[in-house]
Amino acid sequence: MEGFTHLIPFAAAHEVLRQGRRHLTLVRMTPDLIYDQLIGMGAADRLIFSWGGNPGVGSLHRLRDAVENGWPQPLLLEEHSHAAMANAYEAGAANLPFAVFRGYIGVDLPKVNPRIRSVECPFTGERLAAVPAIRPDVTIIHAQRADREGNVLLDGIVGVQKQAVLAAARAIVTVEEIVDRLDAPGLNAVVLPSWTITAIAAVPGGAFPSYAQGYYRRANGFYTQWDEISRDRERFRTWVTQNVLQQGPDAFRAYSPRAR
Amino acid sequence: MDQAPAGSWTANEMMTIVAARALVSRDVCFVGIGAPSAACNLARLTHAPGITLIYESGTIGARPTVLPLSIGDGELCETALATVSVPEMFRYWLQGGRITVGFLSGAQMDRYANLNTTVVGPYEHPKVRLPGGGGAPEIAACCQQVFITIPMSQRTFVERLPFITSLGHGTGQGSREALGLTTRGPTRIMTDLCVLAPEPGTCELVVTSLHPGVTREAALAACGWPLRFSDRLATTAEPTAQELQVLRDLQTRSATAHRDAH
Repeated sequence: MEGFTHLIPFAAAHEVLRQGRRHLTLVRMTPDLIYDQLIGMGAADRLIFSWGGNPGVGSLHRLRDAVENGWPQPLLLEEHSHAAMANAYEAGAANLPFAVFRGYIGVDLPKVNPRIRSVECPFTGERLAAVPAIRPDVTIIHAQRADREGNVLLDGIVGVQKQAVLAAARAIVTVEEIVDRLDAPGLNAVVLPSWTITAIAAVPGGAFPSYAQGYYRRANGFYTQWDEISRDRERFRTWVTQNVLQQGPDAFRAYSPRAR
Repeated sequence: MDQAPAGSWTANEMMTIVAARALVSRDVCFVGIGAPSAACNLARLTHAPGITLIYESGTIGARPTVLPLSIGDGELCETALATVSVPEMFRYWLQGGRITVGFLSGAQMDRYANLNTTVVGPYEHPKVRLPGGGGAPEIAACCQQVFITIPMSQRTFVERLPFITSLGHGTGQGSREALGLTTRGPTRIMTDLCVLAPEPGTCELVVTSLHPGVTREAALAACGWPLRFSDRLATTAEPTAQELQVLRDLQTRSATAHRDAH
């Protein structure tokens, strides 16, 4: 489930929780609140990530509780830097076995992550960092819109979503709306052809409390509130029960000004 | 320029202002979130209007009216000259050597300006699990130089880091070169008490300037290693009325915007 602050697939993550999926390996550069929720509910065995905080606020308390105290279950970490994961997604999309880049120089992560290795440039002899390509079984993203043929458009901060979709065996996309014509704007639109996508669901508001450029803004206030909600195990569970397990995808409609 | 009345500013404001002063208009600056972002935008709104601010979300030349809460707030993209994908940001722009200054913060720092944002305690069983490196390991290696802004205390300025998340000057003079790096690494550290810089010849951080009203003893007491002072120790210039006004306006606007974000 990717989305670099923008277009984070909250509605899809909540559906994964409702379906009671367990033993997941979660992959994401910035786990953000959705992985805090999945980890806190015990849905994940393993996390591959590069920055696990609540942006601008502080800790992800459920992630911390899992790592520090094994609650509700232990979580195996495979930790990278952003550059490594961005390169690893790109390698996955390019159907390469690994990514090569100039990184991890003089730092400790390679000592604790055996999947960070190095290769020698065959032309110059330079040692370069190597990490395995990321090839998810399934990538889930949220996008602004799809047309009736299933072509998908996202724009604004596009993160690594294109790479994550093309690296995956299957891709599921939730969108703000389904339209007759995509009408790609002049910004930096990414268009994913329908044949790169496995399934599309229209879920207006589905990125809340992150945002969908051109539809609604980031609810920074909720990110701040999450710090308190997630700090306490019981309060967290009550929140998830009331706001995820006892709800459906339509609950997100309230956050989309256009769908309301 | 008018000085603000003495004592009318906080140590945190002083830290942000002195950090902003380190930047110049021609800089292309990779901005870390939090304190670095405040300093970078203060510089842009005062003496460095031409500065290019780059956030790791892919926004190049962002000119936000309020401080973003995250590195990917929508306003960064709306005001940017261009927005690129995250792989492009790290491959072409950072690794490509296009960035003059990387502006970082951290939870802990040692005397050679190595930073820890990963764990306190052993990695496998951490006492405190911190967010991790994010972009920092490669920012610290690839930018032409690095500025760090970090509040000073026994907890943050430590004798020995439990984990090196991003490289400063390693174990001292020559460490970066031995690893094949040609970039300068950390050149200036801006704290709430003083400014530090690597000492020529050893790369150990020494205090180059104490903020107004801060004593040597106060700086020593807030440092976990036997802190040394430059032979040419200066006193930091006080905040100007304009610097304080612009910073406070920016922070008020930001707080209001984040409160009614929805």
